[in-house]
Amino acid sequence: MAVFNLHVNGKEQKVDVAEDTPLLWVLRDHLRLVGTKFGCGVGQCGACTVHMDGAPLRSCLMPVNAVGNAKITTIEGLSEKGDHPLQKAWDEVDVPQCGYCQSGQIMTAAALLKRTPRPTMEEIQNTMHGNLCRCGAYHRIREAVKVASTKTPTTKTK
Amino acid sequence: MSNIRFNNSRRAFLKNISLSSGGLLLGFSFMDAEASDMPALMPKDVDVAGFNSYISIANDGIVSVFSPNPELGQNIRTSFAMVVCDELDADWNKVKVIQAPLDTTKFDRQLTGGSGAIPHSWKRLRNAGATARYLLVAAAAAKWNVPASECTTENGYVLHKASGKKAGYGELATAASKITVPGEVKLKDPKDFKLIGKPIRNVENQNIVTGKPLFGLDFYRDGMVYATIQRPPAFGQKIKSVNADEAKSMPGIIDVVTFKNNVAVVGRSTWDVLKAKKTLVVEYEAEKTLESSADHAQIFSKLMESTDAKVRRKDGDVEAAFKNAAKVIKTEYECPFVPHNPLEPMNFFAHVREDGIELVGPTQTPGAARKAVSDLLKVPEDKITVDITRLGGGFGRRLKFDYVVEAAELSSIIKKPVKVIWTREDDMGGGSYRPAVRYRFEAALDANNEIIGYKCRGVGINVENPMRQDNFPSGSIDNLLIDSVEHQSPITTGAWRAPVTNFLAFAEQSFLDEIALATGKDPVQMRLDLLKRAKEKPVGPIRYDIDRMATVIKTVAEKAQWGKKKDVFQGFSVYFSHASYVGQVCEVVMKDGKPKVQKIYAVSDCGVVINSSGALQQVMGGITDGYGTAMFGKLSFRNGEPEQKNFDRYRLIRMNEIFDIDASFVNNGIDPTGLGEPALPPTGGAVANAIFKATGVRIKKQPFIDQAPFKS
Repeated sequence: MAVFNLHVNGKEQKVDVAEDTPLLWVLRDHLRLVGTKFGCGVGQCGACTVHMDGAPLRSCLMPVNAVGNAKITTIEGLSEKGDHPLQKAWDEVDVPQCGYCQSGQIMTAAALLKRTPRPTMEEIQNTMHGNLCRCGAYHRIREAVKVASTKTPTTKTK
Repeated sequence: MSNIRFNNSRRAFLKNISLSSGGLLLGFSFMDAEASDMPALMPKDVDVAGFNSYISIANDGIVSVFSPNPELGQNIRTSFAMVVCDELDADWNKVKVIQAPLDTTKFDRQLTGGSGAIPHSWKRLRNAGATARYLLVAAAAAKWNVPASECTTENGYVLHKASGKKAGYGELATAASKITVPGEVKLKDPKDFKLIGKPIRNVENQNIVTGKPLFGLDFYRDGMVYATIQRPPAFGQKIKSVNADEAKSMPGIIDVVTFKNNVAVVGRSTWDVLKAKKTLVVEYEAEKTLESSADHAQIFSKLMESTDAKVRRKDGDVEAAFKNAAKVIKTEYECPFVPHNPLEPMNFFAHVREDGIELVGPTQTPGAARKAVSDLLKVPEDKITVDITRLGGGFGRRLKFDYVVEAAELSSIIKKPVKVIWTREDDMGGGSYRPAVRYRFEAALDANNEIIGYKCRGVGINVENPMRQDNFPSGSIDNLLIDSVEHQSPITTGAWRAPVTNFLAFAEQSFLDEIALATGKDPVQMRLDLLKRAKEKPVGPIRYDIDRMATVIKTVAEKAQWGKKKDVFQGFSVYFSHASYVGQVCEVVMKDGKPKVQKIYAVSDCGVVINSSGALQQVMGGITDGYGTAMFGKLSFRNGEPEQKNFDRYRLIRMNEIFDIDASFVNNGIDPTGLGEPALPPTGGAVANAIFKATGVRIKKQPFIDQAPFKS
C-alpha cells in the first residue's frame, strides 16, 4: 500500500492503495467517481475512458503509480453543470439506450473535439471506433459528436 | 372514445389514497385489473397495499410516475410515463419517473423480456392517467360549481372556458384525493394524443451523461466487502482441490471461501480481490463430457439423421409431396453459440442478515431471483427485498439469476454485505449463451414451380425448441413437417435478444430466397403469393396476422424501390417475432472486391408507436446488433472451455462498421405489440440475401466473416 496524491477534476485527492491499482478502480472504489465504467479491463471497450492532461486514457490499464502529477478529468468533472456541448448534444440527439458506455464515449469525443474542433464524419468514426456500444447506438453517438462540434462551448472545459 | 369497464366485484383497480402531506396519490394495479391478493408495493411513507404502481400529484404540481419494470435501454421508464401523462394531460416538464425500488411476490410481470412491457400495460397505464384526470376535473368542477362536462384539461391545468377559470393540478390534488374513483373512464381519441407518437427524450439522459451512480456496479454500501469468484473454466468440470494460501495472505483480502464449484475471494476493494484471484491454484476434474466445437459439428450431423425427432407441426402428407415432387431443394444453415455481452458485467449486492435479505442490482427478473434465493437459503420471500438498479444492457443474460443467487449464498457464508463482481472473462466464459443450432430445410416443387411440400428440422444444443412452427410460411403450404432434436450439453444456454428467431430468421429467410431463385420468382412477390395462399386457403393454425405481414412487405419494398435500383444489390427479409412485424431490404455494394452493406431499409409494424425517438433506437440498435452478430459473433469451445473471453478475441460491431438505416413504422393504430426485439431477426437474412445477389455466394453459416465471400 502507498499513498498517492492525485489531481482529479480540479481537486487534490489522497488515496492509500496498492501501487499497481488501475486508475479505474481508484476512481470507482476509493473516490466513488463511478461514472467511469468497467467493461473489459483490457483496454478494448473504452467504457473506462478518462482524460489525462487532456488526452484520452483507458483508466483500466493505467496503474495509479504511473499517474504522477498528471491532471485527471472524469465524466463527473467534464463540466461544472453537466452542460458540456457533448453532454447537451447527447440529450438533444437522445443518444443513450442502456447508457453504460456513454461516459466513455463522451470522454473520447471530448478529447477529439479539443484536438479537432470540427471533425469530419470520418474523423469521428476513426476516433470513436475504440468505444464499444453493445446497444448499437452508434448512429446517434456519431450524430451527437457532429452536433456538439458545430456549437461553441458554453462552459470552459477542463 | 373507447371505454374500459372494470369488474367491480373484484378488488378495485384504482384507489385514491390520502396523503398526510396533501396531494393526490393514485394506486393502480399495473399488472392486471383482476389480479387478486396483490401485496403491497410501498413508497416509503405511505401504505398503498394492493397496488403495484402509482401516480402521485403533489401540491406543487409535480407528477410522479412509478415505473416497475427493469430498465435496460428499452427506454421503458420514458414510455410508461408518456402513456400515463398523455391521458392525464400532464405538463411533461413537471413529470418525474421513479424506478420501483422493490419487487413483490405474485407480481406477474415485473420483468424485462419478450418485448412485452408496453403491450402488457398499455391499457392499464392509459386508464390510470385518465382516472387521475377525471378526479382532478371533478375537484375543479366542485370547486367552481360548474358541470365537469364543461371542464377541459391542458398541460397540467383544468380549464373552464365559459368562466375563464383555470387551476393547476397541484392546487386541485388534495381535493381530488377525496373523490371516489369511477368504475369507468373515457380514454382519449388517439388523434388527441399529445405525447404518444412524439420523439420524447429519455428521462434519464442527464444522469447518464454526467456519470451519476445508476447501475448495479455503481451501488455502494458502507461496510460492504467486494468479492470475485473463480468458476470452473470449462463446462463440465468440478473442483478437485483448492490452494488459496497466497491469496489469503495478500493485503486487503478478508477471506477465500469455497462453495459448490466456486472459489470466492473476498476483500476490501475490487482490485484487491481481482489480483488475489489470479494467485489461486485450483485443480479441476471432468464430471461431464468436455465438449469442443468440432464435437458439436458431428453431433449436429448425427441428430440430423435421428429417427427420434420431436414433431412440432405436421400438415398434410409430406412424404407424398416429396415423392411426387418435380424438384427438391435441400440446404443446411448453422449458427454458433454467442454470449450476450452486456457492457456492464454481471454483478450483484447481497446482504443476508438475521432478519432478512437485501438484494440490490441489475436483473431482468427480480421476482424469479428472489424466489431462487428464498428456496436456497430457506428464507421466506417476504423477508427478501430486491432493489432494481438500471441495467447496463441485458440482451437476455439477466433473465438468469445465477449471479444473484451466488451473491446471496456468499453473503450467507461470510455473514457480510457483499458485492460480487464478474470480470469480462467471467462474464463471457460464464454461460447462458445463445444456443448453437443447425437447420435443414427441404422444399418440394411441382412441375409448375409451386411449393407442394416443406420440411424443416432444427437441431440444437440446449435449445429446447429451435422452431417457431406456426410462423410463416406455415399456413401457406399444404404439406409441411417441422421437427427438432436437442442435444443436452454441460454448456449452459439461455434466451438471447429475440430468442430462437434471432438465428431461425436468418436461416429461413435465406432458404426462401433460395426457393425464389430456383423457381424464377421475385423473392418479394413469392412471399406475397404465399401469404395470399394462407389467406385464401389456410392450412393449420396460423399465429401471424397475414395482412400485417403483407403490409410491411409491400411498404418496405416500395420504400427501398425494390428491384428498381441499378447501382446496388438488394436482399429481402421479413419476420414476425414476439407480436410485431418487420420487413427489411438490405443494399450491398462491391468495394475492393468484397460485398459491403451500404444501407438497410426497415419497416416495422409494432402497432401504435409510443415514443418515436425510442422506437427508432430499438430498430436501429436491433439492426446493428443483428448485423454485428451475424457478421462477427462466434463463441467456440475447446474441451469445454470458451476460446473467446474478452473483446480482444470476441468481435463486437464498432462504429466504423455501421451503415445507413432508414427505419419507418406502419403506425396502423393497433394497440402496441412490442419493439425491443422484433427488428433484429430479419437482418441476418436480408444481408445474406443481398450478398448473394452481389456475389452469387450463398452464406449458410454465421459468423459471415468466416465464410466466403469474406474468406476464401
